[in-house]
Amino acid sequence: MSAVALEIRDLSIWYAGAAPAVLNIDLAVQRGEILGIIGESGSGKTSLAHAVLGLLPASATMRGARLALAGTELIGASPAALRAMRGPGAAMIFQNPGAAFSPLHTIGEHFAAFLWRDRRMSGHDRRARIVAALHDVGIADPAARLSAHPFQLSGGMLQRVAIAAALLMRPALLIADEPTTALDVTMEAQILHLLRGIRENAGVAILLISHQLGVIAEICDRVAVMYAGRIVEEGPVAAIFARPRHPYTQALFACEPSLIKAGALRLPVIAGVVPRPGGAGCGFASRCVHADAQCRAVPPPWQADADHRYCCHRIAA
Amino acid sequence: MTQLVPVLATNGLCVDVPARKNRMILADISLALHGGEILGMVGESGSGKTTFGQAVMGLVRPSAGTITLDGQALAGSSAKEFRPLRRAAALLFQDPAASFNPRLRIGAIVGEPRRIAGIGRVTTAELATLVERAGLSASVLRKFPHALSGGQARRAAVARALAVVPRLIIADEPTAGLDVSVQGGILNLFLDIREQGTALLLISHNLAVIRHVSDRLAILYLGRLVEIGPTDAIFRAPRHPYTRALLDAEPEADPARRRTEPPLMGEVPSIFARPTGCEFHARCRFVRPRCRDEAPGVTGIGERHSVRCHFPLGGG
Amino acid sequence: MLFTALFAPELTPYAPTAINVHMRLATPSPAHLLGTDELGRDLLSRVIMGTREAMAVALASLMASFLVAVPLGLIAGYGGPLLDAALIILFDSLSAVPMIMLGLALTVLLGPGVPTVILTIVMYCTPTYARMVRSQTLALKSRDFIRAEEAMDASAPRILFIHLLPNVIGPLLVLGCLDLSTIIMLDAGLCFLGLGVAPEVPSWGNILSDGFDLIRITTLPLLVGGAPLVLATVGFTLFGEAVRDALDPKLGRGART
Repeated sequence: MSAVALEIRDLSIWYAGAAPAVLNIDLAVQRGEILGIIGESGSGKTSLAHAVLGLLPASATMRGARLALAGTELIGASPAALRAMRGPGAAMIFQNPGAAFSPLHTIGEHFAAFLWRDRRMSGHDRRARIVAALHDVGIADPAARLSAHPFQLSGGMLQRVAIAAALLMRPALLIADEPTTALDVTMEAQILHLLRGIRENAGVAILLISHQLGVIAEICDRVAVMYAGRIVEEGPVAAIFARPRHPYTQALFACEPSLIKAGALRLPVIAGVVPRPGGAGCGFASRCVHADAQCRAVPPPWQADADHRYCCHRIAA
Repeated sequence: MTQLVPVLATNGLCVDVPARKNRMILADISLALHGGEILGMVGESGSGKTTFGQAVMGLVRPSAGTITLDGQALAGSSAKEFRPLRRAAALLFQDPAASFNPRLRIGAIVGEPRRIAGIGRVTTAELATLVERAGLSASVLRKFPHALSGGQARRAAVARALAVVPRLIIADEPTAGLDVSVQGGILNLFLDIREQGTALLLISHNLAVIRHVSDRLAILYLGRLVEIGPTDAIFRAPRHPYTRALLDAEPEADPARRRTEPPLMGEVPSIFARPTGCEFHARCRFVRPRCRDEAPGVTGIGERHSVRCHFPLGGG
Repeated sequence: MLFTALFAPELTPYAPTAINVHMRLATPSPAHLLGTDELGRDLLSRVIMGTREAMAVALASLMASFLVAVPLGLIAGYGGPLLDAALIILFDSLSAVPMIMLGLALTVLLGPGVPTVILTIVMYCTPTYARMVRSQTLALKSRDFIRAEEAMDASAPRILFIHLLPNVIGPLLVLGCLDLSTIIMLDAGLCFLGLGVAPEVPSWGNILSDGFDLIRITTLPLLVGGAPLVLATVGFTLFGEAVRDALDPKLGRGART
């Protein structure tokens, strides 16, 4: 079993018509680690998540040195190989858990379908395994839930069910794309706590995508900051939260409501709009207070601080 | 900057589920909002906060209680009765683009309130001034709603609200769908509007954001007001266990302060199966037998601060 | 969009030819392209004039139906439950009467002629259109932009005509275009049965019915009457589908992902 659940080197994705979504991504998630990706709209974080599971539209092109799940290379893999990876390789939970389930089938029917690969399992064993999976995610009275339809369950409960379904196939990597954005804050705390527990008990690697710093701070070990299709800063959460170096990361922290002192007369914003990925120079140059001519023309190099790295011309390590 | 007579006051306001008696969405909401003040209304799903905003505008029929504008109570619940409120107040919807007629350009949309009020012809220059006040360029007037970004649509909705110089603006989830780097813009706009003496009711589930712009907070649970008071006082020392749990549950951007346990387990009960006594008792860490049997009344705590609890938490 | 351009020529030979060419009916003339009927009238001219009749009746009936159906549908959808129930009863009763009976009754009451035909078709088509407008209105009534207008204290007529009407009329226009062919058929049918225009006024239905009587002698008049009907039906159906595709927002501005 590979110790590295997900390894990405120099990955770029273009959508139809040569529009780049993500450029030159280097990323790695170890088993038992929670890596967070923080980015706002237009950062490309969702495209990256979809690429790992082979969910990009047929018209998209993906190029890179390596995209490996649990050691298996996915770039150039056949559709059959990709299908085989969904489940045991990686599984995903989404922002809207209700959309992941067909309204016509009960939870029990869904789970039985998810276990299609294992034909040798008896019906009784299957049911026991499903009930255990639901119990592990904190659902009370799991046997009763088997006959419920998705619309009968609340958002929080559905997200738990989605997590159980994802874990059923014992994936090396669990991708959570904004898993708590649509939930109440008290339920969000419970789901984040659950994810942390899963990492401890099952040793699953988790890739958590969010636009909220608070969520990242709550459970992630390491974080990568994405902007305009690139990673601009990456490292341990403690290091980056204590000393963000990239100007965008710093601006993001400045805008974070929970960090702003009470009594502030005006709230900060980052002026300007996110550019499309793929322009010359640094993507943040148009909005950066430090930007100069070199920033606009030449792509910035990686700088390594004591424990984390970031991409900038102007801010020295 | 508070005046003596509140712009908006409600007393014992109740709203039922349509066509079902005794199934309350909102129960006994009594609050007051003065000009130049921002009241943040906070709650989770099932709290009824969106329904409150719509009830104040008469879009949803109250089943009991009164609504008062500038001291005058609204007599009934027909559209005619709500006319003074509808002319003096503006409601910003959760999805701003959906609140625009998809076939009209922004210029026509922003000019609607003036046309409804019968204030002569609205010139393009006046419309341009309005959208610029809301932080948009005049070029947006020619566009259709689907061509606007989320932030632009919100600002256009504010421009429409400002068209008749409202005394009160009700904003339902004003930062939903906005990136952190741009939500400050719309909140700063509200702060500017407050400076001009308008009263604002901001409905949100995002406590961290509400904290910075509201003078007072109203916390709703299952359609009932459980705590209401000055924002600073509530954040420093919440008195209701639910308020405390909400504040604790808010994720903090500080990895050194991670929680070991979620502050509140379980889910919000359905309004069709309301718990007895204090409706929060089943999830409350400090529950005692009296909480199961008896519904608590309102206890005043300090300056315009009250809580609905048998055993309010200690002060700070 | 291409379809509409392709089939516009389909329409033009009918209208200008009908308006410009004033053929006299009863005079036999040397060059009869389609021959003459039993009274010596030139069939080609009769067919061309029949086109005028068909288009005039069809368009007039369609527009009149819209004028009646749209306000009724809007009121039924947006007004209270009582008004809605009353109007539904009206629509249902009108639908219950078969068109032929309607035609017979109106011809007896008002005498034959173009206005009678138009009235028959209008009464026949209105309930369907009104129901469609009503269901569209019901769907839109609780949308946020209507509630926003209510919150701004807009009057009911304003909401009905400025905000609801433009947003419900799309599907109705498409249905109307598709129905043009049906209406032409209805008109021809009524004329065929003698319930429509007077026998001397040329219409496709009349030509068909005259031709029907002559079928043992010659089939030409029958074919001459029937062919334009078929062409018009197919032509307008395709036109209606082109309109529907053009108005479909998914194929229009918002097509790119």
